[in-house]
Amino acid sequence: MRLSQTLILLILVSFNCIAVVEYKKFEDPKKQQTYNILIDELRCLVCQNQTIADSNADLAKDLRKQVYEMLEKGQTREQIVDFMIQRYGDFVIYNPPFKAKTGVLWIAPFIFLLIGFILVWGMSRRKMQEDSKTNAVQKAKKAKIKSLLDDVDQL
Amino acid sequence: MLKFIIPLLLFIVLVIFLAMGLGLNPRDIPSPLINKPAPSFSLPILETPDKSLTNADMLGKVWLLNVWASWCGSCRAEHPVFNKLSTKNILPIIGLNYKDKPWAAKQWLTQLGNPYQLSIMDKKGRTGIDYGVYGVPETFVIDKKGWIRYKHTGAMTWNNVQQILLPMIKQLNAESQ
Repeated sequence: MRLSQTLILLILVSFNCIAVVEYKKFEDPKKQQTYNILIDELRCLVCQNQTIADSNADLAKDLRKQVYEMLEKGQTREQIVDFMIQRYGDFVIYNPPFKAKTGVLWIAPFIFLLIGFILVWGMSRRKMQEDSKTNAVQKAKKAKIKSLLDDVDQL
Repeated sequence: MLKFIIPLLLFIVLVIFLAMGLGLNPRDIPSPLINKPAPSFSLPILETPDKSLTNADMLGKVWLLNVWASWCGSCRAEHPVFNKLSTKNILPIIGLNYKDKPWAAKQWLTQLGNPYQLSIMDKKGRTGIDYGVYGVPETFVIDKKGWIRYKHTGAMTWNNVQQILLPMIKQLNAESQ
């Protein structure tokens, strides 16, 4: 009973979330496509982990309207992104450009990957050395056993 | 020995980064408009809607643009700070009444006091977008040339005024136009 009530509540709440973003209709399907891409790559600055496509904040609604109107006026995707960056800074796009300020953000993962490779390589090399050492010891032991057995056979 | 030192160093680096992260405010997004000409506007005045104010009208003065709305809770919190600042008569404070209803805005000013030389109405929030407004209240310091020199996001405190605004206004007033 408890579970089914919770499920019903969850379903009701999720419908609420889907219904927040209004639908904008374009005559030109290309513009529609650009619109969908744009609102999915612009960040809502009020609720910072949502795109303006996901957010029902007032500002997100205004920015969707702004994007819609600029597209209808015939502006390109680049022009609209520039417009947003001029006002809100690089933070407004989810795909930050490569600059001196964002360099660490882009390069750090590769540096960490490189460090990882070096560590793995070093570890496997040490392992191999140890293996060859133990192999040598074992070979010597086997040889000794063999010679002992040979001695026994000669008796 | 090395076996203990390396994890310890890594741990210390991690702690430093986490501590730095705690001190940062994720709401504080640097504005790209600092040290650039303030976006132009021409908006009707709240008290006299048939007249409007443009940014060019303010050239030659150092002034504050405070974005506020009657529906905004933090604006209520910072309002006494601007009331106090306005009594000092240091510089004109212009209110940008953001996405508000004129009657609600007027009522708000009558109730809480009016620190603004005048307020202009941005009913649709277009000027707000031009100024990169994302969290009301916001305050801009604009110099004699009409350039934005500083932006404060969120409620202004009297500490902010004393430590940041007053020294900055003094410095900007000393600049030639």
